[in-house]
Amino acid sequence: MNSIAQRVAQQSQQQTTELLLHALQEGLPIVERPYQALAQQLGWSEDQVISELDALAGSDRVRRMGIVVKHRPLGFKANAMVVWDIPDDKVDAVAALMSKYEGVTLCYERPRRMPEWPYNLFCMIHGYQRDQVLDRLAQMVKDLELGDIDHQPLFSTRCFKQCGGRYVNKPKSQLGAGHG
Amino acid sequence: MVDSAVQQETTLDTIDRQLINDYQSGFPLDPNPYQLVGDKLGISEEEVIQRISRLLDDGYLTRFGPLFNIEEFGGLFTLTAMEVPMDRFEEVNEIVNGFSEVAHNYEREHQLNMWYVLACESQQETDEVLERLHQATGIKPYPFPKLQEFYIGLRFEA
Repeated sequence: MNSIAQRVAQQSQQQTTELLLHALQEGLPIVERPYQALAQQLGWSEDQVISELDALAGSDRVRRMGIVVKHRPLGFKANAMVVWDIPDDKVDAVAALMSKYEGVTLCYERPRRMPEWPYNLFCMIHGYQRDQVLDRLAQMVKDLELGDIDHQPLFSTRCFKQCGGRYVNKPKSQLGAGHG
Repeated sequence: MVDSAVQQETTLDTIDRQLINDYQSGFPLDPNPYQLVGDKLGISEEEVIQRISRLLDDGYLTRFGPLFNIEEFGGLFTLTAMEVPMDRFEEVNEIVNGFSEVAHNYEREHQLNMWYVLACESQQETDEVLERLHQATGIKPYPFPKLQEFYIGLRFEA
């Protein structure tokens, strides 16, 4: 079934995607016909760029397409990584509820490190100031009845490296290996 | 559950805010996307282009385009923490930030006071970098690899 022709087709699709991702690393050109500008750069048609982007936007490789903001200049100066010791069988349900709160941007289950680190759920809460983050946390504890659950907010006091919103500065690309 | 946050002192006007709030999770795939955005906001295509350029220049936006999921490219992110004695903080910080694999380094209020993300190609590379960090600083880095991801919103209201 998996003929050579199929494999070649898969490979060339992969290369197409890599090229497009590479061209997009610095973002969409801010000109009247941005997809056409990308097309010229790649030697493709504008239609091809749009349809490849459409496929990419729906794939797992891109979390989302659009404006990537810097949160600090927008006034979001306070952030706490709140760590919780949630019973393992409740993690999924609690995390799903937490993620609905305004200011919550990330939520992960991570391994405990006993005895000194009993926390298995990490959620990031952003706010304009520290008090607002603490208010959001207090509201969450109250609403979700987490008062008996051991938790701690770890506020950030300083940020040293790459505090913008840029998650990838070098897509791990075979074709783009020469760059970044 | 929604608290209408007080808007902060910025140079943003209503249209800037609308632009930022409406286009963080999608953008028109049309030959003239900025024209469509302009139609929605009641401004010209040219003004959309000017506004986005200004927001980029003024540092409100990092980029206009895709937010990648690094792990789908074969990479691995690992949150890592260290307990750094305060009198060594600056020195250790400099060493840690010197590693190209280190991103998003924050000082946090806890005994584990330095938190950063390692971006590596594989688990093997991550283990090697952890070992090198340990050797370079004399402090043991504790990795907190993710077991499960529940939510990546990363949307901010302007």
